[in-house]
Amino acid sequence: MNVLRVDLLFQIVGIGIFISVLNIVLKQAGKEEQAQLLTLVGVVIVFLMVIQLIGELFYSFRNIFNL
Amino acid sequence: MEIIQVVGFGVIAAVSVLFVRQSRPDIAHLLSIGAGVVIVVYVLGYLGMIIDVITDLALEAEINTVFLRTLLRVIGVSYLAEFGAQICRDAGENGIAAKVEFAGKIIILIMAVPILLAVLESIINFIP
Repeated sequence: MNVLRVDLLFQIVGIGIFISVLNIVLKQAGKEEQAQLLTLVGVVIVFLMVIQLIGELFYSFRNIFNL
Repeated sequence: MEIIQVVGFGVIAAVSVLFVRQSRPDIAHLLSIGAGVVIVVYVLGYLGMIIDVITDLALEAEINTVFLRTLLRVIGVSYLAEFGAQICRDAGENGIAAKVEFAGKIIILIMAVPILLAVLESIINFIP
């Protein structure tokens, strides 16, 4: 059977931490706009990863329940 | 054995969501969705096997496959609607969650209509 993908989970946590740290650094450097944009980029990347997962969930649901 | 993996994964996910929520609440929500989806995708493999067994038994019992197909679709729709509604509730959007569940109920009703008609016809045939 397919295995529990813990790496995806840790990737998302890693991106979250990385974004928040970089935000703090950018705010120190006084670049507020870049900080906001960086937050947006982080959320979009994580969103894409989660959407891939949800797509896979829907695909296997369609196969099993032939929806 | 698998349950240990799932429980361990769930605990790790819960702690990491709490950890990420301090600085980035939006990514934390996405993380909780992702963790839920990973667990469900993992378990779906076993669910597929169970459903194959049920369909084989139904075929041997000569049950009309239309009924079984509709039953499986209703189960799938109900689970997906509940899944979506729960995600909306996690995000704090109870209104959207209620709408998603309402839509799920309507879709299930639409699917159940043919079976309802079949039952009514068989009842009418019994009456002399």
